[in-house]
Amino acid sequence: MSISQMNFFERVVFLLKTFGKSYVSGAGYTFLIALVGTFFGLVIGFIIGIIQTIPVKKTDPLVKRIVMKIVNYILLAYVEVFRGTPMLVQAMFIYYGFSTLFKINLDYMFAAFFIVSINTGAYMAETVRGGILSIDEGQTEGAQSIGMTHFQTMVYVILPQALRNIMPQIGNNLIINIKDTCVLFAIGVTELFSRAKSVAGAYYTYFEAFTIVLIVYFIMTFICSRVLRLIESKMDGPESYDLATTDTLAYTSGMANYPFKNRRMK
Amino acid sequence: MDSPILEVSHLAKSFGDNLVLSNIDFSVRPKDVTCIIGASGSGKSTLLRCINMLETPSSGNILFHGEDIMRQGFDVPAYRAKVGMVFQNFNLFNNMTVLENCIIGQRSVLKRTKAEAEQIALEFLDKVGMSPYIKAKPKQISGGQKQRVAIARALSMTPEILLFDEPTSALDPQMVGEVLSVMRKLAAEGLTMLVVTHEMAFAKDVSTHVVFMQNGVICEEGSSDDIFVHPQKQETRDFLARFLER
Repeated sequence: MSISQMNFFERVVFLLKTFGKSYVSGAGYTFLIALVGTFFGLVIGFIIGIIQTIPVKKTDPLVKRIVMKIVNYILLAYVEVFRGTPMLVQAMFIYYGFSTLFKINLDYMFAAFFIVSINTGAYMAETVRGGILSIDEGQTEGAQSIGMTHFQTMVYVILPQALRNIMPQIGNNLIINIKDTCVLFAIGVTELFSRAKSVAGAYYTYFEAFTIVLIVYFIMTFICSRVLRLIESKMDGPESYDLATTDTLAYTSGMANYPFKNRRMK
Repeated sequence: MDSPILEVSHLAKSFGDNLVLSNIDFSVRPKDVTCIIGASGSGKSTLLRCINMLETPSSGNILFHGEDIMRQGFDVPAYRAKVGMVFQNFNLFNNMTVLENCIIGQRSVLKRTKAEAEQIALEFLDKVGMSPYIKAKPKQISGGQKQRVAIARALSMTPEILLFDEPTSALDPQMVGEVLSVMRKLAAEGLTMLVVTHEMAFAKDVSTHVVFMQNGVICEEGSSDDIFVHPQKQETRDFLARFLER
């Protein structure tokens, strides 16, 4: 049976049988780029977030104040430029910029990781800054009052709480990245979308090929959002706690917040 | 007489054009329990926050063992590790358990070993009656319990002096009692304390020195008897009378 005699579903099955591996490897690349890009974007975001929230007082040495000002302007420029231009254009600009100006042909995958990371980093910088600002000032004061430095306060107290608060936004970014990596086909990255394009072109089965790719994208993003929810509830820890005493009758007065549904008789 | 731990002289603080503290002079010697009393807005908390450098004073001096804490290059974090602070709103670290709250500073700032830090933390948590709750998170315990943990956290750093910023103002009467009894115990053990409080009975019983503040200046100071039994200034009498009326 030739492909023109098949109905829609038969063509879908045919494409899956013939090009299944191609789809899977495309999906693999897409997921890898999105995951790596989101991770390094988060790292960039955290670094910028920490730098931007370093307190600068009028009493600080002039050199520190000037350096901080310059650094903050550079970071601000980075955030504004990469948030304010399309990732597709950034990809073209960086990829062809390297080959034209420096005569360097970037490896496709390296270029993909690099572009998605710095693009995500620009968004994450603002997300992390928001996350840090959302933590009550008292947490910082509590940490400072026992002698922690700005860095220690951030690492031990503020960032773990900020990370929890921005988890939904990190999930957003991961999902956006899974979808938006499709623009990287423009510089020749063989991710899911570019695979779908070649599958579609092979037998002129555009509708079928893109139906499959639509479903694959949705499965990937849906699984990611579920897994992130799971991670969030893991981060919240158990709702109850064990008393460190062997006498089960003692210290019941402090248990007002102990959830009744979790109470078990021993 | 021992040399003072803290000496505050000519201290002033303004927020913009608003002068909230001026010409503050007093000192704290080892084992002193100094209570700072006064109406809300009289600058008590700001004074305490200046001492811990959470606010930068506008002018004047604060000497810690004779060393100027406001000079450039002074190691403020190291100083704060020796000067503990207990806040009105507890400020426990929400991402840590009770035990972790009392350990983190010892590990990161004082570089104590894990075993040593745990032993010290447990000792002080036991002292404030919170040792059964070491695995609880701050949101799972009551306000009075939080404040007792906050006291244990500050004590775990083995500070030379402990500052209390209205430690019972956010608590209901029963919880006030449990926190004050812990503080009485600490005072009896000879801990150097500087307490901003509205608990007059506590201030009267425990203080070795009382400072009455009004409108950003020290209006009157002296021993507990001087202030509570034989106040000299009319303002002091008026203030105390308002508390007795309640």
